[in-house]
Amino acid sequence: VSAVTAPRAATVRRARRRRLRRIAWNVVGLVVAAVVAFPVFWMVSTAFKPDDEINSFVPTWVSAEPTLQHFRDAIARPYFWETVKNSLIVVGAVVVLSMIVAFLAAVALAKYRFTGNKLFVVLVIGILMLPQAGLVIPLYVVLARYGLTNELMGLVLTHLVILLPFAVWTLRGFIMGIPKELEEAAMVDGSSRLGAFTRILLPLVAPGLVATSVFIFITSWNEYIFANVILTDQSNQTLTIWLSYFYGTSRNIDWGGLMAASTLTAIPVVIFFLLVQRKIAFGLTAGAVKA
Amino acid sequence: VTVAAEATAHRPRRRPSALRRALRGSVPYLLIFPVIAVITAILGYPLYRLVTLSFQQYGLPELIQRKGVWIGIDNFESVLRDEIFWRTLLRTVIFTAATVGLTIVLGTLIALLLVRISAWVRVLLTAALVLAWAMPAVVAVQVWFWMTNFQNGILNYVLTELRVGDYTQHNWYETSFSKLAMVALLIVWGAIPFVTITVYAGLAQVPRELVEAAEIDGAGPIRVFRDVTFPILKPIFLILTSLSIIWNFGVFTQPYLLIGASHIDPTNYLMGVYVYIEAFGKSDFGRGAAISLLMLLIVAVLSVPYVRRMVQMGTTR
Repeated sequence: VSAVTAPRAATVRRARRRRLRRIAWNVVGLVVAAVVAFPVFWMVSTAFKPDDEINSFVPTWVSAEPTLQHFRDAIARPYFWETVKNSLIVVGAVVVLSMIVAFLAAVALAKYRFTGNKLFVVLVIGILMLPQAGLVIPLYVVLARYGLTNELMGLVLTHLVILLPFAVWTLRGFIMGIPKELEEAAMVDGSSRLGAFTRILLPLVAPGLVATSVFIFITSWNEYIFANVILTDQSNQTLTIWLSYFYGTSRNIDWGGLMAASTLTAIPVVIFFLLVQRKIAFGLTAGAVKA
Repeated sequence: VTVAAEATAHRPRRRPSALRRALRGSVPYLLIFPVIAVITAILGYPLYRLVTLSFQQYGLPELIQRKGVWIGIDNFESVLRDEIFWRTLLRTVIFTAATVGLTIVLGTLIALLLVRISAWVRVLLTAALVLAWAMPAVVAVQVWFWMTNFQNGILNYVLTELRVGDYTQHNWYETSFSKLAMVALLIVWGAIPFVTITVYAGLAQVPRELVEAAEIDGAGPIRVFRDVTFPILKPIFLILTSLSIIWNFGVFTQPYLLIGASHIDPTNYLMGVYVYIEAFGKSDFGRGAAISLLMLLIVAVLSVPYVRRMVQMGTTR
């Protein structure tokens, strides 16, 4: 009898051990998830707490009496709406201009083989790698020379040049992902090259266009160093700069208001990011392993 | 072979004239022209200006008159003789090595963890990572500042409750080292998601049979990673490491805002902050340009492996 049950007992034991190990890993995974997400949770949680709970030495995790007061205060602070408007103007202009210009170049890189394409790729990737802190000085001096400092236009131009290489590179990836056969089939059917382009290529690449523009939106919305240097008047600044000045002057920091303002600044970005993260994440590393 | 050439092959009756072919050949150049024009206009001239500025005396009066005074290599001489420059460079190298090392190691460990957990935990952990990734740098700084606040920051409370020690009223921004350590933690927190999600995607491409074969041969998890997984993922690690080095070497927003403009001083400079203070704090744009130029040269050297890899991928299909 034992000759039959012994191996079975061994399998049961192995299965149980595997299940225990899986449970242990799951616990580790949950702890890591909690630690990673904690700052985001804490920001939102603090934003809804009444002041006495924020300032107490024993923190409450989630307030029993949530309040919207901090959000009202943050919005009522000077320049909130002006800076929101400025951010939207800058981001809108940057997205439209960079998408049009970058799309053309991306088509050239993805669909044509031409002398100098290697040089063009080096240029694009090279600019992508330039540290922004190193470019602030000359861009500022040149913009000042043409009277573009303290002008939204100056910031639009700066964002355009730092985001164009990124846009060209990701769009190129999206266009290359479209099977060549589809386009060729359309041309065999008698469409012109332009016709094949608008009817076959464009609809297929549309999700990529959306993803890239959203990512440009986010980067431009978040950008700090150029906006800080170029836009000097408070009414002329972007929301990111407005947030960075939030506690600047007072000794007693209004933590609730600061966290409410942070939440308001982060919300559009987080929502958009969740929508496109999957599509964009691999643009910078795509194809690294396949070779 | 271009698509254009194939297209004409399908329609043999219309033979393209030489002019037509020349026009076709110029299409890619017309397409890239706008990008080239924008980059040359907005970046080319400033880059040229960066070089000339670095040889000029260029302070506030010169900024107003829009004309610098040529002083040769004086700016470079004064920078390279300045002890603050060398200390800052060394500090930035150590800071970069520490943050990149931590990011890659922790990011990879979490990616390996993602493979071993149940699907529902994986969804939760991925969601947490994406949330952290999505946080704008300025917002993250404010939240970190609140969490590590000495009076009622949650970090001190949790450390004290966990009996790590008595951290009541502990000030995390007292010494230069602890200030930079806080900045480093913030940066690592924000950088891990990109590494984890990229490595996790790469792990999916490691052939299952290879891992199983190694396991049957008696290899433990560490050996499997070292001898099977890592060699396959090496290109990904190369790219992730060089990108992280370039990003962290020139970092500005987090150290500048978390340490706070009024507490920034030569003992806690990082390169990005140093350049900014020299130019905009002290209004010496010539000297700032010289430091910028040195910084760009260092980053250019650092980014060679990444650029080479990307060019290989960008021009072969």
